[in-house]
Amino acid sequence: MSIDESTAARVAKLARIRVEPEALPALAGEFNTILGFIEQLGEVDVEGVEPMTSVTPQQLKRRVDVVSDGSQQERVLSNAPDAREGFFAVPKVVE
Amino acid sequence: MTELNKLGLAGARDALRAGETTSKELTSACLSAIEDAAVLNAFVHNTPELAMERAAAADARIAKGDAPSMCGLPIGIKDLFCTKGVASQAGSRILQGFLPEYESTVSQNLADAGAVMLGKLNMDEFAMGSSNETSVYGNAVNPWRRGNEDTPLTPGGSSGGSAAAVAADLCLAATGTDTGGSIRQPAAFTGTVGIKPTYGRCSRWGIVAFASSLDQAGPMTKSVRDAAIMLEAMCGHDPKDSTSADLAVPDFEAALTGDVRSKKIGIPKEYRMDGMPAEIEALWQEGIAMMKDAGAQIVDISLPHTKYALPAYYVIAPAEASSNLARYDGVRYGHRATLDQGDGITEMYEKTRAEGFGAEVQRRVMIGTYVLSAGFYDAYYNRARKVRTLIKQDFEQAFAAGIDAILTPATPSSAFGLGEMTDADPVAMYLNDVFTVTVNLAGLPGIAVPTGLDHQGLPLGLQLIGQPWAEADLLSAAWRLEQSAGFVAKPAKWW
Repeated sequence: MSIDESTAARVAKLARIRVEPEALPALAGEFNTILGFIEQLGEVDVEGVEPMTSVTPQQLKRRVDVVSDGSQQERVLSNAPDAREGFFAVPKVVE
Repeated sequence: MTELNKLGLAGARDALRAGETTSKELTSACLSAIEDAAVLNAFVHNTPELAMERAAAADARIAKGDAPSMCGLPIGIKDLFCTKGVASQAGSRILQGFLPEYESTVSQNLADAGAVMLGKLNMDEFAMGSSNETSVYGNAVNPWRRGNEDTPLTPGGSSGGSAAAVAADLCLAATGTDTGGSIRQPAAFTGTVGIKPTYGRCSRWGIVAFASSLDQAGPMTKSVRDAAIMLEAMCGHDPKDSTSADLAVPDFEAALTGDVRSKKIGIPKEYRMDGMPAEIEALWQEGIAMMKDAGAQIVDISLPHTKYALPAYYVIAPAEASSNLARYDGVRYGHRATLDQGDGITEMYEKTRAEGFGAEVQRRVMIGTYVLSAGFYDAYYNRARKVRTLIKQDFEQAFAAGIDAILTPATPSSAFGLGEMTDADPVAMYLNDVFTVTVNLAGLPGIAVPTGLDHQGLPLGLQLIGQPWAEADLLSAAWRLEQSAGFVAKPAKWW
């Protein structure tokens, strides 16, 4: 599998990371090196093998379905780059 | 007593309880050692006032005869741990200015055990790296040097600041985290001890997430005994982390009998890599002989899927990272890019993440995005998870056949020069974790113990891998190895 510049651009878009067009060839090259390394996995016979979901077999614990935390609006917003009137502020989302 | 910062946890604890020193004296000694060692760039956020406050409180507790296990012992905390009101930015620009409103469970457990936090330690950005060269703070520097050369060497990574700080006696011990070898490789590069416990032993709550199915916290210390003391203080069940195990925590220090006479130590043939330096092979053979002399039975074993561990890791870890790091979007915390007129929310995300993440983090997030994307999910991500199952089965079969622990080299080389790998492709750097990454994929405990020096005078370490939840036995075997190796070398102070 070889990644070209347009695939690299698509992946960057999906990852929401701005990549300047002139950086795309180098990025595609790095992807191909890493994917070439990963391709080795194709050699392994995985017929009938379950994909791992949890490394330590354990039953997830349950707790009573009650409110256990909250009313911390100020603390939640304290690190926001832009917070107004008790909300996180972002650029306009809908026209 | 002079140079209190050179003590380990056990020595300082005993001195405190005997009234030979105070936590304030120990803490001051470490704080001035930190000031003197700015060139190592190990501590990146210092909290001297907080440290002296906690030291005073610890002294009061000791005076009252109410001293918990780590009371008054000054330690460093990796920047990956959220610490209330103290900068916690995971070595990344994107978390610049972030001041957590809460404390990670592990650092809280340590504080509850009386430990004194000196500050936060350098690391690779989001723990992605093996040389501490991807940090926004710049490189941490290894206190060890090659012979009389002054070439700056890497302390390893990602817990490079932790390893450098412990090796240079800037603190008595430090926390690390390990996703593919990030505790054990830097420990081996700096002649210190580092243990990654079984997945689930330490709570991950409040630790900035990299790859959640692999991440574990652990101690980095000057001796195996210190590792036992500190691990016990760090771990335990936490309702805030659903993957944290509800198991009793043994008295790890009491378990350090060093009796390996009934133990079977496995030697995996797949860890004898092509092109492995003769010194590493010799170190391994010496370790095997030491365990044999101590009465252990040495058994050749096979872990046939070892070769596929790194490729599987470089699918699974980036996939999880791409998901975990989606939260850095410039909305709730950290950096937000300055926007141009007319920029909408997508431009805000894209510019913020391009400015906030370094090159290696961007690369891994994008690789993770690719392997999870429609059409590739089965070919890459699902296949890697199946290979992970096979890697875990390799270990399970060895343990079922009676193997108690497995002895391997910790790293394929000693510490390399900062910048020496810059021109290599990313995969060359990934090979640093070739002996450690299997342990994360299988969720097992692993410990790196320094056992020798190479021809350049740099430390080398061996790794012992234990059965799940058998940290007590593992530490005991590691203590035996440490006693037999008698590694006492320290870096000559040049800083």
